[in-house]
Amino acid sequence: MLKSTSTIAALMMSATPLLASAQVIDVKITNLTQGIYFTPILATAHSPEYSLFQAGQMASPELQAMAEGGDISGLVAIADSIGASSRANPAEGLLAPASYTMVSDWDTGDNSTLTVVAMLLPTNDGFVGLNSWTIPEQAGTYTVYLNGYDAGTEANDEIVNGGGMPGAPGIPANPAGNGGMGATGVIAEEVNSMIHIHPGNVGDSDPEGGISDLDSRIHRWLNPVAKLTVTVK
Amino acid sequence: MKTYLFSSLAVASALALTACGGSSNNSSTSQGAGMTTVYEYQITVENLTAGQPFSPLAVVLHGSDQMLWQIGEPASDGIELMAESGDNSMLLSAVSGLPATAGTGIIMPGSSEMVMISTEDMSLMRLSATTMLVNTNDAFAGINAVDLSGLAANESMSWYLNTYDAGTEFNSETAESIPGPAGGGEGFSAIRDDVMNKISRHSGLVTQADDSMSALAPWHRFDSMVGKVTVTRMN
Repeated sequence: MLKSTSTIAALMMSATPLLASAQVIDVKITNLTQGIYFTPILATAHSPEYSLFQAGQMASPELQAMAEGGDISGLVAIADSIGASSRANPAEGLLAPASYTMVSDWDTGDNSTLTVVAMLLPTNDGFVGLNSWTIPEQAGTYTVYLNGYDAGTEANDEIVNGGGMPGAPGIPANPAGNGGMGATGVIAEEVNSMIHIHPGNVGDSDPEGGISDLDSRIHRWLNPVAKLTVTVK
Repeated sequence: MKTYLFSSLAVASALALTACGGSSNNSSTSQGAGMTTVYEYQITVENLTAGQPFSPLAVVLHGSDQMLWQIGEPASDGIELMAESGDNSMLLSAVSGLPATAGTGIIMPGSSEMVMISTEDMSLMRLSATTMLVNTNDAFAGINAVDLSGLAANESMSWYLNTYDAGTEFNSETAESIPGPAGGGEGFSAIRDDVMNKISRHSGLVTQADDSMSALAPWHRFDSMVGKVTVTRMN
């Protein structure tokens, strides 16, 4: 959804000094969870009039592809089309629980807001997100904590069946292989079709059945799920 | 208290506003002498849960020495009634005399409601807004006495809604005790039978995923914040 941001962002823009000077930043992205992987991350610096997602709004097809299958190519294409400066897949694959990745010496040009997204795996359509965070103009180190969102595009059935294409039910993979199989499914329908705060994985402790292929002792989380450390140089 | 409620994103917008706080003073004093300034605010509340409808909002402007609720203190009867049944009428009548607005109805997950509130009194620049999560025993969400006085005309600030336990009803999660559609049971009971008669942050829901006695489903769970409030000063 290539929507211009709401009045909020527009108003905030008028309230901030209009100095879009080029900035060079380092971004450290830490996965704070114990049992959830981040699929390839997209970090993109863009103009504040755009947003790649907004809680309470419907997900774009590109966001859906990221949240359901980890495919960031559609979001990268949007970012390219709006003159954004992007760093795609800085972890070169999955970012494991309790590990971090770095984007270093990133010249964001005139782009004054930062968006970061990655799918949470294993989930049906969960993602970690930062939407249009204003990059500070003053040099220094800033910390932002990120929440887990639900794209609202797929029922959280918690069945690991390889389903990662948009619209295909199920979870594409459980990278650590530490769950179960043969689950009947937690729920068959998405209860809120707008982007919302993820209610969390449920899981169960039955490796060969039960309602979920996820493990309730391993695959739950509480917000925040990620920590961003941004150093403005 | 304010810093407690602010999330990291809200802090960022608060800092942006601090930087231009001076202009708000100028705009209010630039009105002609003797003219009364009406401070009008647009309040938008978004429900960002998966499956927790919000009961009708109660929105109040009040003084810096007033609070509708406080962690560690017993809930007022008005907060108890709202947090157990979704009925905001007692809470709103308790603040009669202050600028207050009621929401028009339930705010479903993925939806939002916008209400207006205004005051001429510069000493009533603290905003509180609250709502029940109806598929719970006594969970309510809110922003608590946030300061609007630094907000200049046409500026906005946002806060995430945190979730509290009123401390007035045990979190049994039985259908009989949940007034929302997940239970259809009793709302308000004057008996205070929670583990302590104090307001605290909510510890979250157990649901059928972990307790077969619960009437609640996994998708009724929530994680820390449940919604977002955006306040825009209109004039």
